[in-house]
Amino acid sequence: MTIYDIIFYLFAAITVLSAFLVVTAKNIVHSAFYLLFTFFGVAGLYVLLGADFIAIVQIMVYVGGILILLLFGVMLTNKITSVEIKSGTIHVLPAVIGLGLFAAFVLSTMMTTKWKSNPAELPFTTVYDLGYILINEYVLIFELLGILLLIALIGAASIARKDKE
Amino acid sequence: MNIWEIIIITVIKIGAILTIMLLTVSYLVYFERRISAWIQSRLGPNRVGWEGILQPFADVFKLLLKEDISPVAANKFIHGLAPFIAVFVAFSTYAVIPIGPDVTIFGYSIQLVVADVNIGVLYVLALTSLGVYGLTFAGWSSGSKYSLLGGIRSSAQMISYEVSMGFSVGGVLLMAGSLSPIAIVEAQYGWMWNAIVQPIGFITFTVAAFAETNRLPFDLPEAEPELVGGYHTEYSSMKFAGFFLAEYANMIIAAGMIVTLYLGGWQVPYIDKLGLGEIVTALMQVGSFFVKMGAILFFFIWVRWSIPRFRYDQLMNLGWKVMFPLSLINIVWVAALIMIFNL
Amino acid sequence: MLTEFGKVLVFIILAAAFVVIALFVARLIRPARPTKEKFTIYECGENPEGTPWVKFNIRFYVVALIFLIFDVEIVLLFPWALTYQDYGIYGFLVGIIFLLILGLGMAYEWRKGDLEWEKPSPKPPNLAKILEKSKRNIPVEVPD
Repeated sequence: MTIYDIIFYLFAAITVLSAFLVVTAKNIVHSAFYLLFTFFGVAGLYVLLGADFIAIVQIMVYVGGILILLLFGVMLTNKITSVEIKSGTIHVLPAVIGLGLFAAFVLSTMMTTKWKSNPAELPFTTVYDLGYILINEYVLIFELLGILLLIALIGAASIARKDKE
Repeated sequence: MNIWEIIIITVIKIGAILTIMLLTVSYLVYFERRISAWIQSRLGPNRVGWEGILQPFADVFKLLLKEDISPVAANKFIHGLAPFIAVFVAFSTYAVIPIGPDVTIFGYSIQLVVADVNIGVLYVLALTSLGVYGLTFAGWSSGSKYSLLGGIRSSAQMISYEVSMGFSVGGVLLMAGSLSPIAIVEAQYGWMWNAIVQPIGFITFTVAAFAETNRLPFDLPEAEPELVGGYHTEYSSMKFAGFFLAEYANMIIAAGMIVTLYLGGWQVPYIDKLGLGEIVTALMQVGSFFVKMGAILFFFIWVRWSIPRFRYDQLMNLGWKVMFPLSLINIVWVAALIMIFNL
Repeated sequence: MLTEFGKVLVFIILAAAFVVIALFVARLIRPARPTKEKFTIYECGENPEGTPWVKFNIRFYVVALIFLIFDVEIVLLFPWALTYQDYGIYGFLVGIIFLLILGLGMAYEWRKGDLEWEKPSPKPPNLAKILEKSKRNIPVEVPD
């Protein structure tokens, strides 16, 4: 076991454990708090994969944007913070069957896939490659992304405006 | 270098950075009090030690010996963790700010930065967005109306100014073509400081830095006349000290980032033409970094005692309607400059 | 690359350890003499009134929503900014079109007043009415 393995399992444990706590926490703000660590752990895993840009974007967008939005949403509905969420166990049998099928599928895929045995060389940084690809091959996608975000912006703003009235 | 040498050097560097940081934070508080006293024709702290020079230590011991109280209505778990998040985020940012060029000590070539991460600038931006959580959670968990309002205000304010901050940084990246702070500093050789090439970006970034650190004129999260203490109303003892420390640490980081991105970092223009020895040059460069940072910090304090606080709608208007368009114009300006002059 | 991130990890761990130690040491030496009064919420010396989790303006939520979208735009713009110097006029056009679309979104928000921060319009008590009432010897309703 090398030091990379140890760090990998550390981040994996953080991710899985905090994700578990997100689901089981009784207080919804506690859930949001644990979600912070889930996102953080995933960012760590991205770094280990050599995807430095994605890792930081994960923190900037998910932690810096989406989770804040989530928290604001939770805090705006003022009743919800004092209410304990019901997180009991229902429909055990269908859940077990569904989970079992899914696990079997994942396991069989894992068994049958031919995994690359020698890891590829880690690039110095992935940002430049991303930039070249975005400007050359996927320039249309790049501009379309701009339009997609524009639509999202207009949609979000109009929904918020309707709520206000 | 083998892995153990790297680890030892890193730990030494971290120790040095943490020590420098704690000392600067405590003396920043001292200087802030002295300078504010000077601006307002008062004396300021001058009893503990010569001219009050030991005042920061007295303050720390006072806070250490205070009773810790978390109110009944508070959410104990998050109330306890919020200052931890704030301090932790403030500290972690120091890892990527370079204070000088490479130097050779005992045969090792050492970079004067803890980690030369190739996406260092993004790392700082990401951690800045993490910093919102300390304040938001503190505000929410205290169980006080003042705290909640302060926490919400601060998070909305910080995210608003993060937009113009991000776009201003875009202009710097255009010039340097790199996300590594060291490369950005090296790209500002001579007088090619970004503050001179892109003055608009410099202004928008500096204003955003003021807003991100919750300094006056943007200190609405803790506006005393209306919100008592804002998000830290219900904090005492070391937890309060944590927020205090984080606030001043953030100020130092903001100053460090302004110097790195816009004022040429550790560079002294054309110092290599003077033909000084390597050690002297390196010392002068590290010195110049701290001098520039000190000047920015003085500016922070000066502004605090000169400009009144904004109203919240003015703050939001300034962020979205002035700083944000300006930062976009700055990007176009820099892009056009590069294209025309082939910089 | 991983080495540098490893250094960051070491830094983060040491920073966390430092904070924990500082808080722990403080716990050892500080006094603990709790009284009931100390644990009440501060509300200008009065007993706290109502739930502390008051409802706040929905504007904050809208700001977060708009921020999220511009945050993604920033992230998309960074790879372009880094490779810009290799392209010249073509790269300039690519970036300008993207920025124009972005500016269009901003102009829309501006025009529709979503960037406007609504000022509250508090209604001051109508003094004339109160005086009128007191003249007719009707007891004035004083809000508690």
